[in-house]
Amino acid sequence: MKNRFFRSRRKPLAASLVIAAGLLFSGGGYAVATNVVTTTAATEYTAEQISEGRKLFLANCASCHGLNAEGTAAGPSMIGVGAASVDFQVGTGRMPGQASGPQLPKKKVQFTDEQILLMAAYVASLAPGPAIPEDKYLEATGDATHGGELFRINCAMCHNAVGAAGALTEGRWAPNLDGVEAKHVYEAMLTGPQNMPVFNDANITPEDKQDIITYLAYIEENPSAGGFELGSLGPVAEGLFIWIFGLGLIIAITVWLGAKSN
Amino acid sequence: MAGKDLEKGSEAEGFEHEFESGLAVIPPDKIKDPGLEPHRVRMTDKFPKKAKNAEVQVAALFMVSVVGSFFALWAYVAFPITEDLSTVRANNLFLGLGMTLSLLGIGIGAVHWAKTLMPDFEVTEARHQTRGSEEVRARAVEIVKLADSESGFSRRKLIRRTLYGALALFPLPALIVFGDLGPPVGNTLRQTMWKAGTRLTKDPTGIPIKASDVTLGSVFHVIPEGLSELKEHKLEEKAKAAVLLVRLNQLDLKEDPEKTGWSYDGIVAYSKICTHVGCPVALYEQHTHHLLCPCHQSTFDVTEHCKVVFGPAARPLPQLPISVDAEGYLIAQSDFLEPVGPSFWER
Repeated sequence: MKNRFFRSRRKPLAASLVIAAGLLFSGGGYAVATNVVTTTAATEYTAEQISEGRKLFLANCASCHGLNAEGTAAGPSMIGVGAASVDFQVGTGRMPGQASGPQLPKKKVQFTDEQILLMAAYVASLAPGPAIPEDKYLEATGDATHGGELFRINCAMCHNAVGAAGALTEGRWAPNLDGVEAKHVYEAMLTGPQNMPVFNDANITPEDKQDIITYLAYIEENPSAGGFELGSLGPVAEGLFIWIFGLGLIIAITVWLGAKSN
Repeated sequence: MAGKDLEKGSEAEGFEHEFESGLAVIPPDKIKDPGLEPHRVRMTDKFPKKAKNAEVQVAALFMVSVVGSFFALWAYVAFPITEDLSTVRANNLFLGLGMTLSLLGIGIGAVHWAKTLMPDFEVTEARHQTRGSEEVRARAVEIVKLADSESGFSRRKLIRRTLYGALALFPLPALIVFGDLGPPVGNTLRQTMWKAGTRLTKDPTGIPIKASDVTLGSVFHVIPEGLSELKEHKLEEKAKAAVLLVRLNQLDLKEDPEKTGWSYDGIVAYSKICTHVGCPVALYEQHTHHLLCPCHQSTFDVTEHCKVVFGPAARPLPQLPISVDAEGYLIAQSDFLEPVGPSFWER
């Protein structure tokens, strides 16, 4: 999934340097770095954690991701994906994957929190990458109104305006966000798991991400004022309901009106 | 008119062919008209006890209505709408339930009353011809002729002609006024806010975007610089100028040689307005590089200038040529080179 993204990162960097040199030469250009994601120094984790994490990685992940996390045909390289990626993928049960398909579904988590942390430590030690977010950004104490606006602009087209999920192409889907932990919401924005695009800190700042988390918490706590939501799925569910029950009722009344009394 | 040409088969012969002067041949009905159903005497007419029951049922339905009305009044007081939005739900539900009962009780009761207790006899009414009788028609002609001779409409040519003139001219002011409703469309369908040097900024904050901010796999929802400060027509401008910014691995980009200068280091910007019917196309899949429109599932391939790979859209999404300024911010090279959004006649 991630392999095309990360495996080929070094090549475009070189290409971009060549282009940047050309632009500087013409006087109008500006050199560009391809990566400004939040990074953690590997030193945040102890050497013992990293070596324990490596053992877990070798036992559980290496068959697809390679013995040195370099990736194989079955799974992408883990170099540079960061601790946040591991925490999201393993922490939501998406990894280890059960079967290949259009998209890896959320399922029962296979590891303890401690084991996940160890694996994250190992992957973070390979190369700088997005770190597990700080707790202060995960509390639902931000601005829900601003979060809602950001959600509608950046997230709602796939996840639905209240995060009720939505269909994508060829069997893929944007999952339902109801009950997803704030940490995983944050990590998903930061790392762009599977086909979700990345929303780095330059695009949606940590404070903005907290506002989005606050908005999601708000809509989870406050039911729709409009009554029965029918899954909040919009015109399909609502149309089906009114065509079957609304029209059904009208037809029943019409038949009764026209029928003779016994 | 067709009625005149119709050669009717005589009634006595029953189901004979009827010929129309045209080509249509109307065959006789295969199924015999079964006539009226035999009259069934209702239970309520046979047994006075049943009639009594029906009377009680009707009264009960009217009582349901009474209860519904009181319930609605009670619900309005018992579930007030407060600052808390969720109180709307209970208020509407119970108030509506009460009012529904109060109206349905009357309606169903009245119909039940008519069906079970009001006189039960069947009436047959033959369908009349649309054409009036000869006498009525002659009388109508007589009236028109009388009106003509009394008013002198045929005789007084001056009055008749000036009236024709007046009638012909009176709609003119309306036509002129309607023609001037709103400003002319002009070039607005072909132009957007983007021009050479306009910075790409984040929606909704208007913060300019540096090329280095756009990491691989990132998606930015973009509005032109200055959109937020517009005093007038902000939404119209946004609806035309909204752009999606994506960074791809340059090796994945398959660029048209004529358009190679339109992207910057793998960063490409496309109009977010679907070329089918104008929905915002923003469902981007990071690995397939497909952009999906949520309305009718038109799918665009970002690696190949957003060509249509699936769905009803007929044209690729227009690409915004971009570049960077001296400070490293992304800027537009020009406006879109073709009109954004759905097709229109003069495109």
